[in-house]
Amino acid sequence: MFRETDRHFKFDWVTIILFLLLVGFGWLNIVSASHVGVEVDYFDFSQPYGKQLAFIGLTILLIIFILSIEARFYERFSSVIYLISMLSLVGIFFFGKTVNGATSWYGIGGMTIQPSEFAKAATALAVAKYISDLNTDLKTFKDQLNILVILAIPAILILLQNDTGSTLVYVAFFFVLYREGLPKVYLSLGVALALISISALKFGEVITSIATVLILILNHFSKKKKPSILQPILIAIASIALAFSVNFFYDTILQQHQKDRISLWLRLEKDPAKIESMRRDILYNLYESEKAISSGGLTGRGFLEGTRTTGKFVPEQHTDYIFSTVGEEWGFLGSTFVVVVFVLLLLRVLRLAELQKSQFSRVYGYAVASIIFFHFLINIGMVMGLIPTIGIPLPFFSYGGSGLWGFTILLFIFIKLDSNRINEW
Amino acid sequence: MRQLLLFISIIFVGLLFIARLFYLQVYQGNTNNLYEDNAIRKVYDYPKRGFVYDRNGKLLVSNQPSYDVMVIPNEVKPLDTLEFCSLLKITKDQFKNTYEKAWRYSPRLPYVFLPQLSKEDYAILQEKMRKFEGFYIQKRSLRNYETTIGANVIGDIGEVNQRIINNNPYYKMGDLIGMQGIEASYEKTLRGVKGIKFIQKDRFNRDIGPYKDGKFDTLPESGKDIKTTIDATLQAYGEVLMQNKRGGIIAIEPATGEILSMVSAPTYNPNLLVGRDRSKNFTKLFRDTIAKPLFNRSLQGVYEPGSPFKLMNALVALQEGVISTEERITCYTGYRYGNRFMKCHCRSGKQNNMIDGIQESCNAYFATIYRRILDKPGDASVGIDIWSNHVKSFGLGNFLNNDLYVGQKGRIPDREYYRGIYPNTFYSTYTISNSIGQGEVATTPIQLANMVAAIANRGFYYTPHIIKEIKGETIDPNFTTPKYTSIDKRHFEPVVEGMHNVYKNGTAKYVQVPEIEICGKTGTVENFVRIDGVRTQLTDHSIFVAFAPKDDPKIAIAVFVENGYFGSRFAGKIASLMIEKYIKGETTRKDLENWILSHSLENEYAKPYSGEPFKINRGTTLQVISQEEVNELKKQLAKLDK
Repeated sequence: MFRETDRHFKFDWVTIILFLLLVGFGWLNIVSASHVGVEVDYFDFSQPYGKQLAFIGLTILLIIFILSIEARFYERFSSVIYLISMLSLVGIFFFGKTVNGATSWYGIGGMTIQPSEFAKAATALAVAKYISDLNTDLKTFKDQLNILVILAIPAILILLQNDTGSTLVYVAFFFVLYREGLPKVYLSLGVALALISISALKFGEVITSIATVLILILNHFSKKKKPSILQPILIAIASIALAFSVNFFYDTILQQHQKDRISLWLRLEKDPAKIESMRRDILYNLYESEKAISSGGLTGRGFLEGTRTTGKFVPEQHTDYIFSTVGEEWGFLGSTFVVVVFVLLLLRVLRLAELQKSQFSRVYGYAVASIIFFHFLINIGMVMGLIPTIGIPLPFFSYGGSGLWGFTILLFIFIKLDSNRINEW
Repeated sequence: MRQLLLFISIIFVGLLFIARLFYLQVYQGNTNNLYEDNAIRKVYDYPKRGFVYDRNGKLLVSNQPSYDVMVIPNEVKPLDTLEFCSLLKITKDQFKNTYEKAWRYSPRLPYVFLPQLSKEDYAILQEKMRKFEGFYIQKRSLRNYETTIGANVIGDIGEVNQRIINNNPYYKMGDLIGMQGIEASYEKTLRGVKGIKFIQKDRFNRDIGPYKDGKFDTLPESGKDIKTTIDATLQAYGEVLMQNKRGGIIAIEPATGEILSMVSAPTYNPNLLVGRDRSKNFTKLFRDTIAKPLFNRSLQGVYEPGSPFKLMNALVALQEGVISTEERITCYTGYRYGNRFMKCHCRSGKQNNMIDGIQESCNAYFATIYRRILDKPGDASVGIDIWSNHVKSFGLGNFLNNDLYVGQKGRIPDREYYRGIYPNTFYSTYTISNSIGQGEVATTPIQLANMVAAIANRGFYYTPHIIKEIKGETIDPNFTTPKYTSIDKRHFEPVVEGMHNVYKNGTAKYVQVPEIEICGKTGTVENFVRIDGVRTQLTDHSIFVAFAPKDDPKIAIAVFVENGYFGSRFAGKIASLMIEKYIKGETTRKDLENWILSHSLENEYAKPYSGEPFKINRGTTLQVISQEEVNELKKQLAKLDK
């Protein structure tokens, strides 16, 4: 009898409370960002905040459902779940609906569902399943390639739907793979790739090439045990080739609005008049969102008191730019609170993941932390002007049923897995 | 160690975000000031500006509607410039220039694109305004001057400049403010308080409703009407008399200190400074550095007072007991001190008592008593300070602290003042010119009029002021409490008697007015200018001060006519006419009136600029103006009597 009741309470309540805090506070901000007029009817289901309330209600049911399924189910059926998810992404090309230039939605009755939001959890399950297989060794090229295929299928399908933001999320799996034994050289390669690309755009190919060669020479001669001379030479040739191809890639492959975003972020444009006009047109969202955040000051203007929020100065404020509402109405204190809650949630999930006995649970938990972290980094960083504009929702906060459910499924599968850790098989 | 990568990344990003938030919100964050919040549209509701009446309730200044075309540059959409320009009656270049100015001022703030449209232009434009996004019409109220008089008294209103906006946040771009005269000194009373509505905007700059249901909105508070002390008829009369002359007339009611009229000649039509041509006309008036129409001669003109100042010396001498009213002083056609000589027009050997001295304006008499005043304490350094303090108690040598927008201190010297010129020895003879109102003393016409009012009151005055009544407010007590001079009441009677004799037998014998007992004093003041670096004497200024009637003074007046030669020639006549007009309401001395109307001093004023040698005073010939012009002036006078 005692054991029976105990089972219900061995979920990690810290994570659940942090989750509820984010969803609740997020909803308040959706009210602010989407209300019209003076009186707010919280149950007006024609308004985004009313719909979101309904989504939250359904989320509770979803959570109960997820937690009531046997934990073993998720591991056993991960491949099937992944397969179904991929099929739903493919189906978009036949039955999809286009919203804001991206064809990522199914229209069912009056509702729209975005399968890419659910694909993250499915991919995480598949990756966890593959890595936890006893035969898998990430040091081997074959397994690296297989993992890449698992990740590339959803990434490419989503990219084809014209949803760059959701595609980039699959980069987050790098953290998982690295944790599970991906050779260090990939980390070095990733960092080098990023540094050389940015440097080539900002300072030009020649300076970048010279700097790279100098660093390689210094590195070579500072080592006591000299490796063969061939390796650094090959790296140098690759780096120089990369540096020269970055600008080509930038000029020919990227679309104009993407170029503009990068150009502003890296301050590539020098003419102040042109910068100002770009800020006003291309970066209009960012311009307004930074102003909204600034106008919050230390303590904010208060709930429903933000004039920029009420006036809908920031486009998409209840979705991708929801954090600017927090900034204006809750100020530095409220914004910092949100950042801290996210960090605590991430660290909690990370810690729980490390505590898992089964590798499947650990890898999955790691994937959950990585995906949420990536969203948190890109979304808030974008709203505050730290990184170029990439459309991506803030987990648990942004308006939208698919997003909310996608993240809830992602997180609560892990909570279920975690609850099984003590008395499991 | 591989576990640490994500862990460190999370902590690092968290801290980075908090630092960025701190930078955006605390370091760079702005306060929640509704006025600076560009998500809130501020719509001002301008109240009616108060009307201005004369002392008898005649309306002088009212309002007329006016329409400004405003622009908010970053809301402007491509438009048919050609049509827009032709509607506004401007050229395309003007359009471009103004638009660029507006953009430089601020892309987000309203800018006055074209001020003060006429009613006709407005009617046409109003219909089409919807087509021009970013432009709108702001209604304002402009002044409407019911008469052409008193430009220098009433003043005008104009758009605030950036300096005013910076100093006083009440005013916003395009607001109107009193610039001169009553409009400036009673700005706060007349303007009222504008109302404000806060309107929540959305990002397309559309109004989406009152901010917080209008919780912070305020209603406009109308400006208050003002009744001035000016007598419109007397003011108009004085302005006609002063046509073709330069100078000032100040008339005060001694019993209250109320200014009955304040004429400054030349004057201008106040309607010139209303509407779109204001700045053009203002520049024209401002650039006229010869006639200086914007220079208020009755308030700002600092002149040597001349003979009227002898009244002061007589009063001080009596107060200090250095002479009795009966003592006679012999005049030998002047006064000799040391090896110098001050001329007088008395016949040699004439013995003057005080009344005679004033009546004949005897220089020797006043030189004598002035020296006695200064020498009485045994040291002229002490004596001059005693003298100076008595004189200053009449309001001379200092600002009167009145409600007029401009003014000058004038100068009543004391020992400290002379320290620079005579650092060591100081004798009464050094400053002997002060005895006859020349030398270092200098006054403005309003100060002289006030001095006469104090004599008329026999020892006290009220600070001259222009405000008679503000609805629901009491007048500044400074204007309703008498200020006593340091001269005892009994000493005034002989001086008043002397002034009366000036009219009966003296220098103003020929400007008497039947049935009114006037007391007056003429003045003739030497003056000099520099022409090509040479100090050149011009024809004397003609000065006259008077009050009437003798025993129950109703009016005290000072008249100043530049280069009018001797006192009774121009100033005396004008003073008599003004007194009669005010007391009787009509003019019986038509001969004086005709003479003043038909004579001009423009030829005198042209002399210093002619570049040729010229004669002054006795050598001048009077300029008579054409009969048509005289008839024109008479027509203006006839209008007044209606």
